[in-house]
Amino acid sequence: MHILVLLRMVPDVVEELEIDSDGRTLDVDYVRTILSESDDHALEQALLLKERHRATVTVLALDAPEVDDALFTAAAKGVDRVIKVEGMDTGFTTRQAARVFSQAIVDAPGVMPADLILTGVQAIDDLDGLIAPLVADDLHMPYLGIVTRISLDPSGRTARAIKEFPAGVRGEFQIRLPAVLGIQAAEKPPRYVPVAKVRAAMKTFKIECAEVPTLADGGWPAVSVLEMKRNEPAGHAEMLEGAPEEVSARLCGILTERGVF
Amino acid sequence: MPDALYLWALTLPAFGLFGYGVYGYFKVLARARREKRWDHPGKRLKLVLTQVLGQRRLIEEPLIGVAHLLIFWAFVFYATSFFWNLARGLFPFLPIPFADEVRWMRIALEIFGVLGLLALAVAAARRYIFPPPRLEKSRDASVILGLIALVLVSSLASQWFGWRAMWWVHMATVLGFLAYLPYSKHLHLLAAPFAVFFGSLRPGSVPASSAGASSLEEFTWRQLFSGLACAECGRCDRSCPSVQGGFALSPKMLMHHMKELVRGTAGGHDGASFVGDVVKREEIWACTTCLACMQRCPAMNEHVPVLIEMRRRLVGEGDMDKSLQEALKSLNRYGNSLGAPPRARSKWTQQLDFPVKDARKEPVQYLWFVGDYASYDPRITAATCSAARVFHKDGLDFGILCESEQNSGNDVRLAGEEGLYESLQEKNLKAFAKARFGEIITTDPHSFQVLKHEYPAANGARSVRHYTQLLSDLILQEKLPLRKKLKLRVTYHDPCYLGRYNAIFNAPRRVLAALGLEVVEMPRNRTYSYCCGAGGGRIWMEDPPVYQERPAVSRVKEAAALSGVHTLVVVCPKDFVMFQDAIKTAGLEDRLEVKELSELVEQAMG
Amino acid sequence: MSENICVLAEQWRGQISEATYETLALGREVADKLGAPLTAILTGSNCRELACKLGAADSVIYIDHPLLAEVIPQTCAEALVQAFSGERPRAILVPLTNISLGIGTLLGGRLGAPIVNFCKDIQVDNGRLLACCVMYGGKIEVTVETGAPSGHLPAVLGIWPGARPAEKGHLERSVPVTDVPVKLEDTQGIRLCRYIEPEAGDVDLAKQDVLVAVGRGIQDRANLGLAENLANALGGAVCGSRPVIDQGWLPLSRQVGKSGLTVKPKLYVALGISGAPEHIEGMKDSELIVAVNSDPGAPIFNVAHYGIVGDVLETLPALTAAVEARKAAG
Repeated sequence: MHILVLLRMVPDVVEELEIDSDGRTLDVDYVRTILSESDDHALEQALLLKERHRATVTVLALDAPEVDDALFTAAAKGVDRVIKVEGMDTGFTTRQAARVFSQAIVDAPGVMPADLILTGVQAIDDLDGLIAPLVADDLHMPYLGIVTRISLDPSGRTARAIKEFPAGVRGEFQIRLPAVLGIQAAEKPPRYVPVAKVRAAMKTFKIECAEVPTLADGGWPAVSVLEMKRNEPAGHAEMLEGAPEEVSARLCGILTERGVF
Repeated sequence: MPDALYLWALTLPAFGLFGYGVYGYFKVLARARREKRWDHPGKRLKLVLTQVLGQRRLIEEPLIGVAHLLIFWAFVFYATSFFWNLARGLFPFLPIPFADEVRWMRIALEIFGVLGLLALAVAAARRYIFPPPRLEKSRDASVILGLIALVLVSSLASQWFGWRAMWWVHMATVLGFLAYLPYSKHLHLLAAPFAVFFGSLRPGSVPASSAGASSLEEFTWRQLFSGLACAECGRCDRSCPSVQGGFALSPKMLMHHMKELVRGTAGGHDGASFVGDVVKREEIWACTTCLACMQRCPAMNEHVPVLIEMRRRLVGEGDMDKSLQEALKSLNRYGNSLGAPPRARSKWTQQLDFPVKDARKEPVQYLWFVGDYASYDPRITAATCSAARVFHKDGLDFGILCESEQNSGNDVRLAGEEGLYESLQEKNLKAFAKARFGEIITTDPHSFQVLKHEYPAANGARSVRHYTQLLSDLILQEKLPLRKKLKLRVTYHDPCYLGRYNAIFNAPRRVLAALGLEVVEMPRNRTYSYCCGAGGGRIWMEDPPVYQERPAVSRVKEAAALSGVHTLVVVCPKDFVMFQDAIKTAGLEDRLEVKELSELVEQAMG
Repeated sequence: MSENICVLAEQWRGQISEATYETLALGREVADKLGAPLTAILTGSNCRELACKLGAADSVIYIDHPLLAEVIPQTCAEALVQAFSGERPRAILVPLTNISLGIGTLLGGRLGAPIVNFCKDIQVDNGRLLACCVMYGGKIEVTVETGAPSGHLPAVLGIWPGARPAEKGHLERSVPVTDVPVKLEDTQGIRLCRYIEPEAGDVDLAKQDVLVAVGRGIQDRANLGLAENLANALGGAVCGSRPVIDQGWLPLSRQVGKSGLTVKPKLYVALGISGAPEHIEGMKDSELIVAVNSDPGAPIFNVAHYGIVGDVLETLPALTAAVEARKAAG
């Protein structure tokens, strides 16, 4: 069984984000990148399936600052192959990324056939699309998103996936493989890999590089960002200031007025 | 001569059994990892002198200490007399008398015999009538007490009443004792002196980098030897905050497991693995690395290194609670355990009305290594600011590394993540290399420990001091102007990493005295100080599901019990946080408050 | 059709979702500003009677097919592509919920139309449509233009829950319904086997008047007790955001948010919750929202009525004490 995992880096929002002087993009000097959280879960899910079914796992990632650290970490966690697609402009969008992935999957030797293609359900910067459904359509595969559990059917030709619906309801789907799944959360939280193992991987593991494929005309009209700004909580909440005791007393007063109790 | 023959008949099997037992241990230890413990033989001999011949640590519990000292010296005399008699008995042609035929020897034997029996009576009374907690009441111990008593009584009877039979009883008992020795806890008779000689000259130092240990071959021989040298006295347990708190860990039990591992009785059947099944995960993670056990142990056993080796094995497999995982991931990525933005590390300085020098940009005399909690945790930044104002008022030329400072890595190492420690150390050393400074000072004892002892001195020898040492020196040189005398009764908590680890007890007390404070000592002070429970990475871990009382709660109750004392002075950010929380948990807010020493110094400076 | 604003109605298990009404409300506004008609699109099997709930629109397109009985994104997208095979609308608004996630993207991909996600508002400026979107977990706002006004491709806009109050989209009146036949084959290779209902928790969050919600800022499972004290004092229950449930500190039945429950209590106290959109979705309609967070820039303050910047672990016990004191005073 062969599982392909698509990984992307996104801005790390731990630090305050700064807007570039053009007023339309993030200031990249100040921003660090981190593996998209649901992509990390997709990777973990792939590794769990690998352990269960003795599958091989290939990671396909787009080049970005600090991506190597994430890739060597994936290697240390036990993936079999890592391919990095290089040579793209910075500032490419989700839709372009999906097209790059689709083309690279077809072009890169040995990536297909894959039984499962896993990626995160949604990243925090997916402004103009989602990876999983676009790749699924490009490859003419079934797609299911918001998946939290996957199990292979004995035949190996279909799988069961659990998708989250609202109000805590979940749906069990049967999907014909190969399929593309957007992972919300892995069955277990992403595993910890000690730094020593990652460093060892940096010395021994070879990340393959692939050139960014020349895309056929993107063929879709641009989504242009006119303005980008920080979302300051602009006076929506009335802020109560002071020591905890003062603030609590004031709040109690408000609650009493409002008839809460 | 038939006597000699009988003696040979007893001696050969006894020595055979003894030799076989001891040889077995040698073979096992030979399979273990190497560890060099031959350096500084002079220092080591001195340790043997004080700890073995002087029984120094045993005398810390005076009653049994003196009793054991007597038994020990009685044993030395009786052993001498025994081998003397044995030689004479086995080789009748030797031109020497029997030991008990020599006058001064007879007297010595009689005196030590009687004293020994008295000591045994005390020991027995203690063991059976008023035993201290955590004393292992094994049948083995009773057998030994009985045998020693028999040895002494038979010898005395033989001497006083001339009963030849008693002489034989005596010799047979000692030979029997010898044969039994390798298989009982009294192996410590043989093992402990060697354990002391080969003990660590720097207790508290982390074992050399390794991938961790979960099987016999992966521990070092000295770590395994701890199991053999352990006499199951329970001193480690009596001083351990995990035991007192009702956590899963018992240092004595840990040593017992090591003994089982060496003897091959530890499990290993049914796929039981030493780490995880025999020694449970909760035990391994419960240690705060406060070092109380190792300070108390008369055999200088190495409980903490054993635990660290096992932690390394667990970390290697990613086997730890989620909370610790998150902390380590955050440390790796952001250089702090709190998931806080690195660029905000020096944000606390905005509360000051003067700028703090960026040591990366200008040379300073004192590079102040602040630490995670002191930089980010709002409960402590007030104290950090006090320290800054004290340095500033005194005109000290100091600076910080701002966001280039990473967690020092002390607790990361103790949690078993060697690779992450190395990574943090590298980043810090790079930052040090770019800055120009005279010495490093820190307000965090954990950072102090690792910066002073584990970080290589990058550009020549670097002085590292805790701020209490700096202030103490300034006070002695009369360079710290203190305008007010604070008339308060306070008590002071010795933090593990200044106190037990580095024997820094007097500097902080000197500062407190200079401020005009009356320091009332808690019962558990100096090397007996009781850990707050945050060390060894425990502050990053979840609480165990079952426990009795958190160590910090016990400690603040101890402080609150002192009459007239309402202030608990600490010099460690983790102590500050833990005790503040504990005061709330224990409902002592009206009775006691925690203060960082820097806050009091600031008050006294006026 | 080419000027229409379309709204994809979410029909799930025989109900129209709240998010649909919110999207209809937004669609109504945009359509009115443009002077264009608003069309709702309803897909399903034998659920034509639901069309009357979509009265906020001017007309309804109803697509009936057995394969549309359950929501399978690719099947839905195919049906919509066929429905738009003639004239295409100006814009298609798709609610971004667990039900419909992916449909908008697939539609945009198959039509070659621009897609914009995370929209919480749509402005009309000189006939141009400007979408205001939140990105990066709610921390950044972008204004986006999607193609020229005379472009022949519809903009597919993914609408974030809470863009407009649902009441504004509620209008039961009969509007013209057009049946559009589609040909769908079961080639997608996906089928729904069964639904798994959430385990009944000991507490039904939806029935609580007061909810005390904990997020990552509570730091330790041991501190849950503090939250419970407050909940007890206020006569409510404890719930949590996704990270807290993922950690195992609270059961699934206590999860509020996108994949959990949507609640509208009288009082919602958010402790140490940053306010990621996924959580806000589940509680934004609470009558009174009080948020405590140590980060003054936390997006939760955008939706809260009262905010306290401070250490959750210090504020929480103080709050509990104040509430209990007030109750004792009578």
